Amino acid sequence: MEIIRAKDVTYEYSKRDEEGNEIGVNTAVNQVSLEVRQGDFIAILGHNGSGKSTLAKHINAILTPTEGTVVVDGMDTRDEEKVWQIRQTAGMVFQNPDNQIIGQIVEEDVGFGPENMGVPTKEIWERVEESLKAVGMYGYRLHSPNKLSGGQKQRVSIAGVLAMHPKCIILDEPTAMLDPNGRKEVIRAARALNDVEGITIILITHYMEEIIHADRVFVMDQGKIAMQGTPKEVFSRVEELQRLRLDVPQVTLVAYELQKRGIPLPDGILTVDELAEALAAVRAKNLESGKV
Amino acid sequence: MLRDITLGQYYQTDSVIHRLDPRVKLSGTILFILSLFFFKNYIGYLVAAAFLALVIKLSHVPFKFMIKGMKAIVFLLAITVCFNLFLTPGETLVALGKLTITKEGLSAAITMAVRLSMLIIGSSIMTLTTTPNHLTDGMEKGLRPLKKLHVPVHEIAMMMSIALRFIPILMEETDKIMKAQMARGADFESGSLIRRAKAMVPLLVPLFISAFRRANDLAMAMEARCYRGGEGRTKMKPLVYGKRDHLAYLSLLVYMIVSICLGRLSVPGIF
Repeated sequence: MEIIRAKDVTYEYSKRDEEGNEIGVNTAVNQVSLEVRQGDFIAILGHNGSGKSTLAKHINAILTPTEGTVVVDGMDTRDEEKVWQIRQTAGMVFQNPDNQIIGQIVEEDVGFGPENMGVPTKEIWERVEESLKAVGMYGYRLHSPNKLSGGQKQRVSIAGVLAMHPKCIILDEPTAMLDPNGRKEVIRAARALNDVEGITIILITHYMEEIIHADRVFVMDQGKIAMQGTPKEVFSRVEELQRLRLDVPQVTLVAYELQKRGIPLPDGILTVDELAEALAAVRAKNLESGKV
Repeated sequence: MLRDITLGQYYQTDSVIHRLDPRVKLSGTILFILSLFFFKNYIGYLVAAAFLALVIKLSHVPFKFMIKGMKAIVFLLAITVCFNLFLTPGETLVALGKLTITKEGLSAAITMAVRLSMLIIGSSIMTLTTTPNHLTDGMEKGLRPLKKLHVPVHEIAMMMSIALRFIPILMEETDKIMKAQMARGADFESGSLIRRAKAMVPLLVPLFISAFRRANDLAMAMEARCYRGGEGRTKMKPLVYGKRDHLAYLSLLVYMIVSICLGRLSVPGIF
C-alpha cells in the first residue's frame, strides 16, 4: 500500500527585493510525482538548492503545494483538519540537532510529542522508554541534551519522533552537521527502525554512502526528479550523477574507471566487498581461459 | 566552561525540600518574604531566623553555598545600611563631623540588613533546591487561575523553559563568534567603556541573526511534533500534591501565624 502519494507537486514562492517588492517567482519544486510504499526505505538525493528539503516539508504538511496534491496515508495535506494527524503519521527530523530539541532533559524531550498529542501520562512514559531503547539512547535518558554529541542528539530527535508512533519518518539531512561517526550512528538507527519496526523511512541527504541500503533512490535537480531507481541502477549512471554535481562513492568510481579501461565488471558496484568479489571473478575467468 | 553555567544555581542533592512540589516552595518563599515586612519587633525576626535555619537544615544544602549567593548583594546591602544609618533623623548617638548616627537610624539599619539578608537566603533556598524546569512547571500550574484573566500562562512557562534550554547554546555561540572576531583582529578588552561597548556591536549582530534563525527552526520543529499551545496537552511529569506537600503547607501556616502574632506584639525593643 502507498503511504505517500505526491502527484504533480509544484511549490512556488515569490522572490522579493530589499524593500519587499515582488520581483519574480521561484519554483522550488516543479511537477514532482512520487509514490512511497509502506515499509520502504527511500532516499532523496540532490545538491544544495535542488528542492529536496522543500519536497520533504510537503510530506509533513509544513508546506502545502501551490499545485498538485500530496496524500499521506489517505489524507490530503491541504485538509486543515487533518494537519495534526498527518504530522503524527509522518514525523520529521531536521538538520540542526540543537534547534529541534525542546526539553532540558533527554527523556522530557522525547515526551514532548506525545504530550502535545494528549497521550495519558502513563503511556507517555512507556512510549519514551521504548523509543529511547529503539535508538539506543536509554542510558542517557536523564542527561542534558547539551552534553551529548551530534550523533547522539540526532538519535534523541529520532526517538522524539518515534514516540509519536508514526508510520513514516522523514529525515531531512540529519547527518549534514555531524562527523563521520555521528553519521554512521544516525543511519544505523534509521535502518534499524526500518528493518525492525517496519517504519517507512525517507532519507534526504547529499552523502552517497548513506543511500546504498535504500530500496529506492530519487535524485533531484532544479526542483525536478532527475533520476530514480534502485541504488544500483542510479549508481551505474556515473557520468549523469557527476553532471548533477553529486559525488559518487569511491568504490563505484574505481569500478567505473576500471570498466572504462576494458575490465568486464558489472554495473553499479556499491561496496568494497562487491568490487573485490567481482575482480576475483574476473581474474578466475582469465586464468581459466589462459589469458594470464 | 561557558557550557556549565546554569541559571539560579541548583544544588544537586536529595532532601525533603528538594522533593517538595515546586508550588509549595514558590508560595512558601513568597509568604516568607511577605512575613518579614509585618514584624514590628525582634521576636518576629527570631522566629523567622529559626524557621529559616530549620529549612536550611532540612534542605541538606551547605550553609556556605547560601552565603555565596549573598556575595552578589553585599554592595547593595552596604548602601542600604549606610543610608539608613546616616540619614535617619532622631536622637543622636555618635557624631562624626557632619555625619551623625541616630538611635532610630541604627535600629532601621539593622532591621533593613536583617530583612534583606533573610529575603535573599529565603529565596535562594528555593532556587537551590528546585531545578529551573520544575520551577517553570510549578509556575505554570500555580498560576493557572490567571488564565481566566487571559494571561497566557502556558505560553509564558513554555517560553521560560525554552529560554533556559537555549542559554548554554547561545553562550557557546557567543564564545565562538567572539573568537572568530578576535582571530580577525577585533579587540574586546582594551579602550574606554564606550569603545568597548562599540566593539560589542559586531558580536551582537551575528548573535541576534543566529538566534532568530534558531527560533525559526525551533518553531518549525515544534509544529512538526504537533505542538499547538497548551490546549489538550497532557503532562509527562504532572504535578500532584502528596502528603509531604500538605504537611509543608501546614507548617507554613503555623509559621505565618506564630511569627506574625509574636512579631506584632508591642515588646519593649532592644533599641
